[in-house]
Amino acid sequence: MSIAFPPPDAGILARRDAILAGLAPLVAPDALIVTEDERRAFETDALTAYRRLPMAVVLPSSTEEVSAVMRFCHANGVKVVARGAGTSLAGGAIPQEDAIVVGVSKLARVLETDFANRTMRVQSGITNLAISQAVAHEGFFYAPDPSSQLACTIAGNVAMNSGGAHCLKYGVTTNNLLGLTVVLVDGTVVDIGGDMLDAPGYDFLGLMTGSEGQLGIVTEATVRILRAAEGARPALMGFDSVEECGACVAAIIGAGIIPVALEYMDKPAIEICEAFAHAGYPLDVEAMLIIEVEGSQQEIEDAFARIVAIAAPFNPRTLNVAQTEAEAAAIWKGRKSAFGATGRVADYICMDGTIPTGQLKHVLKRIDEIVAGYGLRVANVFHAGDGNLHPLVMFDTNAPGEMEKAEAAGEDILRLCVEVGGCLTGEHGVGIEKRDLMTTQYNPQDLRQQLRVRGVFDPMWLLNPAKVFPLEGRDLDDQALDGREAA
Amino acid sequence: MTTHSPASEDEVRALVSDAAARAVPLSIAGGATKRGVGRPAQTQETLSTRGLTGVTLYEPAELVIAARAGTPLDEVEATLAAKNQRLAFEPADLRSLLGTEGEPTIGAVAAANLSGPRRIMVGAARDALIGVRFVNGRGEAVKNGGRVMKNVTGLDLVKTLAGSWGTLAVLTEVTFKVLPIPERTATLVYTGLDDARAIAALSAALGSPYEVTGAAHVPGEGGGAGTLIRIEGFEASVRYRLGELRALLSDWGDPALVEDADGEALWRGVRDVAPLVTPPERAVWKISTAPGRAPALAAAIAAETDARWLYDWGGGLIWLSTAADEAAARIVRAATRAHRGHATLIRAPADLRAAVDVFEPLAAPMMTMTKGLKASFDPRGIFEPGRMYAGV
Repeated sequence: MSIAFPPPDAGILARRDAILAGLAPLVAPDALIVTEDERRAFETDALTAYRRLPMAVVLPSSTEEVSAVMRFCHANGVKVVARGAGTSLAGGAIPQEDAIVVGVSKLARVLETDFANRTMRVQSGITNLAISQAVAHEGFFYAPDPSSQLACTIAGNVAMNSGGAHCLKYGVTTNNLLGLTVVLVDGTVVDIGGDMLDAPGYDFLGLMTGSEGQLGIVTEATVRILRAAEGARPALMGFDSVEECGACVAAIIGAGIIPVALEYMDKPAIEICEAFAHAGYPLDVEAMLIIEVEGSQQEIEDAFARIVAIAAPFNPRTLNVAQTEAEAAAIWKGRKSAFGATGRVADYICMDGTIPTGQLKHVLKRIDEIVAGYGLRVANVFHAGDGNLHPLVMFDTNAPGEMEKAEAAGEDILRLCVEVGGCLTGEHGVGIEKRDLMTTQYNPQDLRQQLRVRGVFDPMWLLNPAKVFPLEGRDLDDQALDGREAA
Repeated sequence: MTTHSPASEDEVRALVSDAAARAVPLSIAGGATKRGVGRPAQTQETLSTRGLTGVTLYEPAELVIAARAGTPLDEVEATLAAKNQRLAFEPADLRSLLGTEGEPTIGAVAAANLSGPRRIMVGAARDALIGVRFVNGRGEAVKNGGRVMKNVTGLDLVKTLAGSWGTLAVLTEVTFKVLPIPERTATLVYTGLDDARAIAALSAALGSPYEVTGAAHVPGEGGGAGTLIRIEGFEASVRYRLGELRALLSDWGDPALVEDADGEALWRGVRDVAPLVTPPERAVWKISTAPGRAPALAAAIAAETDARWLYDWGGGLIWLSTAADEAAARIVRAATRAHRGHATLIRAPADLRAAVDVFEPLAAPMMTMTKGLKASFDPRGIFEPGRMYAGV
């Protein structure tokens, strides 16, 4: 347990009864959760090593209710941790003892679908997959597709600027969002953007996206919906070396081909996934790519003909283009079960750094060395087209000290990502997990500018305050330069 | 008017610190080709980024380029073209529209969030902008974002700077995602459609699986209207999709196929708003709305004042010219509000830009956030004061 939470505010804890009494009239009776048993369900997210029981959980049914709750909390100095489905891998939704959780799970309706203008207005507690399902009958979909899309909400996607396997072509959340309704810390409701491609004034839409519940609570969103391609098909390519695999990725992109997905797995990941999913992955290779292209039958065949020719100099040992729906499904089943399959053979932590893809060979070698140095094992799956790594550092929770070693190895890996010109997190967010590493990527001045922007929205640090920014260095000594405002 | 031309980020810092200490406001300019956008400058001194030049990073296989802010856009585009790549969002060249000369810079592309027709498919300049270095109003050098495609580390200040028109900070270096130039580009041109039918055709095309990268309509009299639909990609794929689109849009007539230099000229015309360049004394507005509301919005303006326009982004962007007077500005604002859009006055004489709102007026809570954001970057208000909004 190496990540510290700020000590709970004793004054707030002492006022718990009064705070609950104040919240009660603001929402329906069953929307205020106070018993310890029921609060347990909200004490952590997908970063289950860390848990904190919140004072209460509120599940509002409207923007107005969220606003009333925020107004009350603001007036009473109560901290608020926003929650979608609680699938954050970075601990972004873990509460704290002196906070209430505001969950958006009851805000799950589609408000408006406009196929002609290719937009959709939803409440923020709707799941990512439900958005796509609601428009699938017309052949449309919502592009960002995080692995947790069955459960995760658009509110959480906005908070973390979520990506997915197909963002090489379609972009991440921030590229697919047109408008937001946000409740600010004092209960003010603001509408940002709209249903058009650009928003007036400063880009608050971009600022809100990825702000991890620290600038406000999103209650509605307008997203772009896209017409799906006529078809899509994956292929498997296995290589004898990481170098050849990495060079092949560079050559494909260099030739002007942007596949819709380009996923890399190393030998340990292939073995784990194959044992679980029986996907037909090659076990005699060091590295494997899943390449998916889209279009009509003819376009797909043309694209693969090009890719095969480009790949030839890199000696692919295996090259299977899926010929049937079943083969395609099997190829993806292996990759999509990577986390689950790894979880069956070991406990693991999943890292999320991004690197310049040219550094691939060096970084993979160093990851192996780092993890071996702690006496642990690692399996690598990642989005090869954009350099977003997901090393799964495996350990045994029951072996004393192993989890700490895994965390230390993970931190070393993220430092390495920053060292080679990358970043700490490509799509999972900082949350609590990477909070104390922020200083490796940003210097104090970089962080102060972010803190000043944060301060515009939440000067009292009431919104998800344990996260993103290191606990040290949050006090801005701005008086000298801000003399004018102070006076 | 004094112009400072710092040659390094450190010199930018020193100049900004000095200006902050003296409480002297600064205009921020690259090639100054878009100087006339915004409310008239309330500054006596200009900080020019033209001394900050050079591509600092280009990795074609990683689809990323970085350059100092004052690097000419031409130089960036030539560097990319040599490796068969480009800034996919198709930044506009507004010199002829604005009647300016000089060299547009890559920093200004970011600061103005300038996106052309391909915005509908690949995103805006703000979507391609993945990293910045800048100097804030305290004279501090700050970085945000980076050089990798996926990065959600901390607050995304990159986005807030895109389209901030120099009012928040001086950009010193910008990093963009880039894309390959496709093998073939082809445009279907339908003629003689009225606005509503044209937008319906564009919506049908954009709602198809055929990956349209340009969708514009230029109204014209006597059957001179042109409705453009662009497809890009590998030869066989383009051929296939052209055929499918022709079939899908058969109700809209038999289109001409335009390619190569003629096609490039067509799209450059849309991108740079060529049809509205003359007469130069007229005001030009950039209006955003949902495509389906665009024809009624334009018609509502035309019902009350003499107006000409064209549509880009499938109808989601209307470039519209009116007389350069306050009465026309009121009509544009009222119609835009009524049809749930927003409008920016891109070209007008300084006296009109001083008299009317240039950027879309904001609701009270948004204005509070806007002022707060401004103060968080530039507490003394020395960067381009009042360019976007009075008092900001």
